[in-house]
Formats: sequence, structure tokens, C-alpha cells
Amino acid sequence: MKTRIILYIIFLLLAFSKSSFSNDQKLENKINKNLRCLICQGQSIYDSQSDFAESMKLVVKQKIESGMSEEEIYSFFKIQYGEWILYDPQFNTKNFALWLLPILVFLVGGIVILKKFRVSKKRL
Amino acid sequence: MKNRYYKYSIVIFLIFTFFIFYYGLKEKNIYTPDDIKTKKFPNLILNDFYTNSETSFDDILIGSNYYLVNIWASWCLPCREEHPYLVQLKKNSSIKIIGINYKDKRDNALKFLDEYENPYLIILTDNNGMASIEIGAYGVPESFILNKEKKIIKKIIGPIDKKKFNEIKELIKK
Amino acid sequence: MILNYLGNFALLFCLIISLVIFITSISSLNNKNSFLKKNLNELLFFKFFFAVLSFSSLIILFVISEFSNETVLNNSHISKPLFYKISGTWGNHEGSLLLWLLVLTFFAFFYYLNSKNRPIDERLLTILFQEVIILGFLFFLLKASNPFNIIYPVPKEGLGLNPILQDPLLAIHPPVLYLGYVTTSIVFSSSLAGLIKGNINNLWAKDIKKWVFISWTFLTLGILLGSIWAYYELGWGGFWFWDPVENISLMPWLSLTALVHCVLALEKRSILHSWTVILSIITFTLGICGTFLVRSGILNSVHTFANDPERGLYILFFLFFLIFLSVFIYFIYEDKFELNNKNLNLYTKETSIILNNWFVMYFLSVILIGTVYPIFLEVLSNEKISVGPPFFNKLIIPFLIPFLIFMSIGPNLKWIKNNYFSKKLKLIIIFILSIILSILVSKFFGNTALNITILLAASLYLFIITIKDLIKKGFKNYSQTISHFGFSLLVLSILLNSIFSSEITSNMRVGDEIKFSNKIIKLQKLENTTEANFLKLIAYFKIEEKNKTELVLEPEIRIYDKPETITSEAAIKTDVFKDRFLVINLVKENEYLNVRYQEKPFMLWIWISAIIISLGGIINIFKKNEKQIL
Repeated sequence: MKTRIILYIIFLLLAFSKSSFSNDQKLENKINKNLRCLICQGQSIYDSQSDFAESMKLVVKQKIESGMSEEEIYSFFKIQYGEWILYDPQFNTKNFALWLLPILVFLVGGIVILKKFRVSKKRL
Repeated sequence: MKNRYYKYSIVIFLIFTFFIFYYGLKEKNIYTPDDIKTKKFPNLILNDFYTNSETSFDDILIGSNYYLVNIWASWCLPCREEHPYLVQLKKNSSIKIIGINYKDKRDNALKFLDEYENPYLIILTDNNGMASIEIGAYGVPESFILNKEKKIIKKIIGPIDKKKFNEIKELIKK
Repeated sequence: MILNYLGNFALLFCLIISLVIFITSISSLNNKNSFLKKNLNELLFFKFFFAVLSFSSLIILFVISEFSNETVLNNSHISKPLFYKISGTWGNHEGSLLLWLLVLTFFAFFYYLNSKNRPIDERLLTILFQEVIILGFLFFLLKASNPFNIIYPVPKEGLGLNPILQDPLLAIHPPVLYLGYVTTSIVFSSSLAGLIKGNINNLWAKDIKKWVFISWTFLTLGILLGSIWAYYELGWGGFWFWDPVENISLMPWLSLTALVHCVLALEKRSILHSWTVILSIITFTLGICGTFLVRSGILNSVHTFANDPERGLYILFFLFFLIFLSVFIYFIYEDKFELNNKNLNLYTKETSIILNNWFVMYFLSVILIGTVYPIFLEVLSNEKISVGPPFFNKLIIPFLIPFLIFMSIGPNLKWIKNNYFSKKLKLIIIFILSIILSILVSKFFGNTALNITILLAASLYLFIITIKDLIKKGFKNYSQTISHFGFSLLVLSILLNSIFSSEITSNMRVGDEIKFSNKIIKLQKLENTTEANFLKLIAYFKIEEKNKTELVLEPEIRIYDKPETITSEAAIKTDVFKDRFLVINLVKENEYLNVRYQEKPFMLWIWISAIIISLGGIINIFKKNEKQIL
């Protein structure tokens, strides 16, 4: 068990030492994938080929070039078109249940399983 | 006893889910950013349709109580439907109509204006659609009504029809 | 014209037979020599026969383009190729429901034939529940989505099939998926019947296992087909969008995956009785719930079906009827489960199965909550939000890491008691090896986030272990090893694909060229041609590397006339280690084309690994004797 923990730590350190830079194109794609198209409403603007999506991509590109951060770009679009446009729901008062419920399910499942093991141990 | 409570809670939860889905069916599933209004109209600099000179919105949005910014294109069929209302609205002195020509060919746009009369005080061009997004529009036609302080007080997604036309008239009467 | 009536009457006959079975089966449950027990075989066969009759009439109506039929009118036209006329039969709401009914009646018949070793009352009850489902579908078909509505006067031309649905893959994707969904209904009915009769035990598990595997295999293949289609037809080279419709097909698959493991534990160790039943209920209701979410139009998705709130309402009532029916049956007969007093030890196979179920249910809950949460929020607070890929990735990827590690260790544990960890040195060596490898990969070839690196290590670990198992254990329990191996390969290929994919987007005119790493992409010429039911614009691209032509790609833009739609057909060159993907798009009022070129490594392996996964299921279905496992 100890060896395993040590391994994990070494491994984490190794992984963290790696610098994480990303160039503009990658950031642009990431942002495009996170913005939902208003014309083809099931797709991100990255996947959509509608006029709206094409223009959106240009705007995203321009905003990156003008030095806006990813978060600033999201909040710009959020103001323009509402929170709906973001595929990545923010963690706020109305969405906390969305983020926490699955974790809760996981924890409850864990407790139920643990209880089962306890019960069977008692019988031993 | 404990067992019974968990049964009840499951049943109640299911009934709750049923009603959510039931009412969810009645909501429309297409999203439109109707109620989203940017507080202030952005000061964009665009090229003039006729002279091609750079024009800023700050220079245009002066000297009137209300402004209507209308995004249009010659290839857009609903634009033809709403056009007579814009022409009619031009007669009203308390509102200035500004056109934004969206992803259009100049020749076609000129032909369109020739054919249907030009209601716009000034026309700016938006060749790549970026200006429309800065404004907060997502298609053609779309119209924004601004007050004196350049605040968006009404947003019309899609063509202006009789009902919406009357609403505009009501709005600018005050 | 006559076929319209024939199809309709065949459906009515189905309804009558169903009602007869339904009513008489209740009364004959405790009666040994009832009419039904002797004749059920024939009745079920006739019902199936009438469903076939009805479905074939619809196919013929499509083939002869009989526009007096409303379904044909809305989804076909004369100039469409014959193949798509036939596949158009189930490419629409009404026809797909009829296909669903056909498969349902077939499996009811097939189940009854192949369950002779089960107690007669349990079989009868299973058929009874099956009839409840069939009746639900029949009423729905006849009332709200009749495929045989007649239009008068007869129009001359149909409105056509959505061109993106005119695709060979999409012709077989729905039937395969429905086969999967419908077999879950057998598992559902049988588990309820077994519950009522108090028959849920290891023997029941042994008999139902086949059905679970059949359904799991078909669902796996169905999802695979859908995702291949999305890859080349929909958009720009993605194959999984976390779109509601995709999530909906994934949810029953996940709960079936849990069930596949759980039913084995029940068979071998007589544990998890109640959980098996709950999973059977969840699986089937998730399938119906998916139908509701898709067909009612409550969610919007890329994969649009014509939707109609009235239909949605019907499916909603039906869905909740089934849910409440099963919940009440469960509550009433809950105490009929065999008392479970087995001891659970930590380092055993059953623990690993429980862990598997725990994680799979978590993944399921992430997807379920992510998919329906916007509906809840909108109804309760009128706020609209979107839940997309970033959400699912954030909540699933971290949990996938321990899942993969358990998956590597679990199958090597034994039932009941184990001393596996005496061999742990070897495992740790493999573990270190996979960590080093993945760090090398992510450090020198791509920029990846920490969690992706760890995930890579975990999947590599599983990959190596399963290969080791395949070699070492040979044909002992190989179906499971193959599926696990396939899964590790799937995760691995998806990861490597996402790390190493590269792309360039540009606007190009004829004659233009762009540079992409050490390649030059040239747009050589454009060509217009007219095909049977669309206009085609082909762009010829040449990809050069060091002044040598490496390959020519010919993406297309198609302009269909009925209904008028523009689609982009990507040009894809698939090689063993990478796909080259080129797609073009028209830009409004401009002469140039919007071009996106992508190099996507290991695409082929994503499909292959999904096939390997389902291969494990197929082997399990056809495995003759039950000497394996353990």
C-alpha cells in the first residue's frame, strides 16, 4: 500500500512539472466548442456551419486577438445571448444541483455498498 | 417504518418528475434570446453602405428621441415582408431608422432598395456578420429600438408584422 | 390503396389478439389446462404474422410511392433511389414505431418458444407484461401516429426524406438499436414475472442472461453505427457530441452494462437479487424515457425527429404507467426475494462487480441529470441553460480513472475468497510502466491536462493487463476479457485521438493553397454535376508532402431539392493509424469556400474497439456450455 501511495505522489509531481501552455488556435477551438449555436440549436458553433456560427467564430477569433481571456469572452456572450449559449454550465445558485447531484448519487451509492459489507462482516 | 418512508418518498419523487415533464412539454423547445437586452448599444465603427467611409454609432445616434436599428439583407425573404412597415415608420419624426446590411452583395442590396424604397436614414455594412453579434442579434431580420440614452428598450427577432408595428408605434408615442 | 387498408386491418388484428392474450392470461394463471396455455404459441405467432403483414404493406407503399398514404407522402418522393425508399419506411416517426412493434411481437413469440425450462406461470406472466407494452404501442400507433392515414385527393409527388437521413448506415442503425431496446423489454417483463412468482434466483439469472447479452450487444452495435454516421455526416469530424439523443441511447446501455455484470453475480453467487430486478426495470424505463424525450421534442437536438406534443403526452403517460406499475409490483412483492445471507469479502470478484455497478450507475446519473436538468430548471424557474460536453467530461473523466484500474484488477479476482494480491509485484510493475509510457506520450507529443495523462495511464494499464490475460488464460472466460480489452482500446483510442488531432481552417478559392505542418493543401478545381435527386458541387483538393502528391480528397456539397437542403459531404481517407478528414462549406454571398482539414489519429480503432466490445457479447450469447467463468 505504501509503495502505491509513493508512486502516486511521484507520478503527480511528474505530471505537474509539465508546463501547460496552449496556443491561440487551440484556445479558439475550445471556446468554439463551448458556445452553442442559436441557429442549429443542437450543435456548438464549432460543429455548425450556419451563418451565425461562422460570424461567431470570427468574433471569437477577434476577441482572442484583442487579448480577452477565455472567461471574459464567455461572459461577453453570456450578456449578449443569455446563459443558454454556454455549453459548460457555471457553478452558481441555480446550477449547483446539477453539479452536486451526481456526486451525491456517487456518495450514497458508496454508503449503501459500505453498509452491505459491514452487515456481512458482522455475520462472520 | 423506515421502509415505508422511503417508499413514499420514491413515489412522491416520481410524481414530481411526471409533472415536471408534463409542464416541460408545454414550453417551446427552441431558444430565442428575447428577453436578453444589452444595457447599452455598443459603439461600433462600421463602413457606410454608400460612401464606404468609417462611421461610428456615436455619431449617428444623435438628435432623436428613438432609434430603430434594423438588420437586413436582400437575400432574406422575411425582410421583404417587413419592409413596408419600415417605410411607413420613416414618416414618424420621433424615430430614426438605421439599417445594417448583413452579409450581402452590394448590387443586390442596391436593387432591393430601388425596388422597395429606402426607409433608412443611413445604412452601414456588416459583411462578415461580426457587428450583428456585437449588437446581440442572431439572424436577419432583427430590429432594435433604442431610446435617447442609446439603451435597447425593445428587441424584435424576425420580421416586423402588423402587431409588432403597432407595438413600436405605441412605444414611441410616449 | 388497398395496402393502406390491409396494413391498418393487420394492426387491428394485432390489437385483438393482444387483448385476447391479455384478458385470458390473467384468468388462466392458476389454471393448468387453460385454453391459453395450449394455444399461446399459435396466438403469439399470428400476432407476429400480422405485424409482419402490416409492416410489409408499409414497405410496399413506400416502394411504389403511393402518396395516398400520409406517411409516404411526408417522407418519400418518386426520384429517391429504391434503397432509400425502403429504408425510408423506418426513417420516420410512424414507420419506426411500426418497426418497434414488429420487433416486440417477434421477441414475445421468440421468448415463449425459448423459455420452455421456465415455470409456465412465470412465462405466462412475462407474456402478460409484454402484452401490456405491446398494447401501449398499438394504441399509440392507431391513435396518435397511424402510418396508414389516407390523403385524398392523392398528391402527385411526395415531400421527400431529409437528405441527411439518406444514408446506408442510417438505414440499419435504427433497426439494430430497436432490437437492443426491445430485448430489454423481455428482461423487464421476465424480472417482474420472476419477482411476482418469487423465482428470482441463480437459475433465473442463468436463463435471462442470454437476453441481457443479446440486448447489450445490439445496443453497443447500434450506438456504434449512430456514431460512425455522425462522424462522417454531421458536422466537422466529431463522433460523439453529448447531444441529448446520443445520451439517451447511452443511458440504457450503461444500465445494461451494470446488469450484464450483476446478472453474472446473481448466477454464480446468488447475490444482488433485488438489485438485478431494479436494474432490469431501470434499463427498460430508460429506453422508453429516451423515446419520450426524443419524440416529444422536449429537448432540442441535432438528430431531430418530427415532434408533436400530443404524442409526447401519450408517451409520457405510458412511461409513467410502466414506471408506477413496476414500482408497485416491486414494493408489493419485495419480501419474496430469497434472503441474502452470503458473506461478502473484500478481495473477491463480487466486490469488483459491485464496484463496477457503483461507478456505472454514477456515470448513468451524470448523463441522466445532465440531460434532464435543463427541463427541470426551465419548468421550475424559467431559466434556460445548456449542458454540454464540458460538463460531462468534467464529471466523468476523473471517475473513469479508478474505474479502469478496478476493471483491470477485478476480473482476475476469484469468487468468494482470494489471495490474488500475493502477485502484486507484477501488477505494480505494469502500473509503473503504463504511467511512464503515458507521461512520455503526453509530454513529448501533445499538451495535455493532468487528468488526461492519468486517464491515459489507467487505460494503458487495463490495456496491458487484458492483453496479458488474453495470452495467459487463453480461452477461459475469453468473452469477458475480449470486451474489457475492447473497452481499454476504446478509451485509449479516444484519448490518443483527442490528444493528437490537429486541424486547420481557412477560406479558399480555386488555386489557393495552405500550409499545414509539412504539407501543402491545394484546392485545384470545382465541379458541378447533377445527380438523381440532388445537385453536387465537388471540390478537388490535393495534399502534397515534399512536392509529392500524397493524396487527393474530394469533399462535396449537395443541394437536395426535396426537401430543399444543403449538406456537406466530408472526404475522409481512413488509414490504419489516422484519418484525414476534409470538409467544405459555402459562405454566403462569397466566392470562396470555408475549408477545414483535420488529421485524426486512431479513428479506425475507435470503431474497431467498439466492435471488439460487442464481440465479447456475441461470444457470450453463443457460448454453449456454462463451464466458464470462475
